[in-house]
Amino acid sequence: MCCLCDSTSRGNRLTAQDTSAIDRGVRIGIDYRPGVRPGMVMLPRKGLDSVRTIVARDLDYSDRFEIITLPGGDSIRLATTAPSSSGSTTPRGSRRTPGTGGGSGGGAQAAMASLNYPLYQALGADFALDITAAGDTTVATLHDIAAAGVRRAVRTVLPPAGDPDFRQAVHRLADQLLQAALGTAGIGATRVLFVKDGKVYQIDQDGVDQKLVSSTNRQAMSPAWAADGHHFAYMEFQAGKGWLYYQDMATGKRTPVSTTGTALDFTPAFSPDGQTMAFSRATEEGTDLYTINIKSNCCLRRLTVGHFSDNLSPTFSPDGQRIAFVSTRPGLPQVYVMAADGTDQQLFAPFDYGVTGSSNAPEWSPDGQSVAFHRDVAGTLEVFVLDVRTRTVRQLTSVGRNEDPTWAPDSRHLAFVSDRSGYRQLWIIDLDTGRIRPLLQESGARLPAWSPRLSEAPSTTP
Amino acid sequence: MKSVSLVLVLGLSIATVASSCGGNQAPQNPTPNADSAAAADRARQDSIAAAQAEADRQAREEAERVARQREADSLAALSRSSEEVRTTLAAMVHFDLDKSNIRSDEMGALDQKVAILQANPDLRIRVGGHCDERGSDEYNLALGNRRAQAAKQYLVSHGIDASRIETQSWGEERPLVDGHDESAWSQNRRDEFEVVSGGDNLRRP
Repeated sequence: MCCLCDSTSRGNRLTAQDTSAIDRGVRIGIDYRPGVRPGMVMLPRKGLDSVRTIVARDLDYSDRFEIITLPGGDSIRLATTAPSSSGSTTPRGSRRTPGTGGGSGGGAQAAMASLNYPLYQALGADFALDITAAGDTTVATLHDIAAAGVRRAVRTVLPPAGDPDFRQAVHRLADQLLQAALGTAGIGATRVLFVKDGKVYQIDQDGVDQKLVSSTNRQAMSPAWAADGHHFAYMEFQAGKGWLYYQDMATGKRTPVSTTGTALDFTPAFSPDGQTMAFSRATEEGTDLYTINIKSNCCLRRLTVGHFSDNLSPTFSPDGQRIAFVSTRPGLPQVYVMAADGTDQQLFAPFDYGVTGSSNAPEWSPDGQSVAFHRDVAGTLEVFVLDVRTRTVRQLTSVGRNEDPTWAPDSRHLAFVSDRSGYRQLWIIDLDTGRIRPLLQESGARLPAWSPRLSEAPSTTP
Repeated sequence: MKSVSLVLVLGLSIATVASSCGGNQAPQNPTPNADSAAAADRARQDSIAAAQAEADRQAREEAERVARQREADSLAALSRSSEEVRTTLAAMVHFDLDKSNIRSDEMGALDQKVAILQANPDLRIRVGGHCDERGSDEYNLALGNRRAQAAKQYLVSHGIDASRIETQSWGEERPLVDGHDESAWSQNRRDEFEVVSGGDNLRRP
């Protein structure tokens, strides 16, 4: 495909290629350069296995490190206990200063200072992570190998394993460590909503802790996160209509959107400020886009007048100024864009009239640079990415049927539905490396929606 | 016939009286008693009336039975016709892939529904639009809506009041046939028609 060639020559973004290979530590991608990513080694210790496992997996799934696995227990012990003349290995003394983040400990502990930095350097590690317990406190010490010192020590009191908040707390710890190492926010503390058997579920981004979040037996579709990460919306069939619901994630309390219940309302989407919900409404005239103020439950506003065409699947730009959507005005559904007030409607993702297949399910990336969607290619669906600035599209997947992409908050991972393994399930692809992993190994999951970064649940609700 | 039998009965009764007078007994009633003759005549008349009543009763019952049967037969016919009309009304209309226009080979089915709606002014229906699994899940809600609207528009353009037709879309959420081939898909791309009200005794157009 020409678009693939274009993108390859364009730059280092979105250059990975899709293959059917399943992740087992294997990376795929024509432009992948193994030496580019910093090496990360996790020091084995007794205890805190679940914490260490979750953190290691989050760092691995960030696709920002080469995870270095040490061969066996004995050599590890050797590596961690062998005394080293720290300081003499590196002349850059200034880099030995521990990080100064909020979670920083009181400096390198005596035991930590004995890390055999030259050995880890020889193994290709740029960072070593040591997670230990000090009473109730979990201490995660990130060593900077080249600087031969502690980059940061994060002290945190985790809920006990098995506590409903335990895994998210560990995910947040992993994100702090990634931030300390690379200065970039991670996606450990995120979840994905999806639909299975007509019900809405959530699952941690590492594929664990699946939980039912919808509360009725009526058919549900199209879950969508609010930007605060504490609310979501979805559509539910009821008495032949499509009802939109707004639900509090923590309490499970749900409220119908005030104007719903009179028509088929579907594909809800929140504005970034959380004030506005855009959605589609099917009437005798076709399907059109509306917005409503979700906070004050007022001010229903019609954005498109389709004249018997369909306009649906809205997605806000992260600055809230624009809405990308699907319109059938060219005959088949294609991706359009307009100002958030409905003016200036125009084609967004280019297509060849009479050649290009239907394009659907757009989602604007959190960094604003891309819109992912799926397009009918020779009778099957493939995920595409539109570059917002250049308005060029690139085909991302090519194996099996791939649909309904949703962005991770880092704007480099996408979750999507694929039947590449023989049945439809949820997958995650890293656009930078091309690495693909299953999110959920269960048939029938669809319509995924990746959360924003999840902070702790609000302590009180007004 | 009747007169002959009367003479016979009379003769026999006389002979009986005569024989009873034989032997050592003195004849008590040598001549026919006028009263007994009248009694015999009364009995005769009664028996005739009874026979007549029985015949009348049977005739009446037969007539009633026939009437009941006729009524039952016509009710059955009525319900048979109502059932037939209902089946015709519920016949699905199918669509081409990613299309919502009424195919020419499906217009006959809609014409029949027009006639049924015209013959039954109280009838109200609901059209449900459905899609196959190949399209996009969410887009199929819009497509299903369009398919339901297409059938409604056809009926309205043929004189049916729009207020008698509700529409809804189920997208691809309620497949009629499970399966992942064209045979299943073509059956799943459909409009379904159901009675909302006024469908108890549907008249044949």
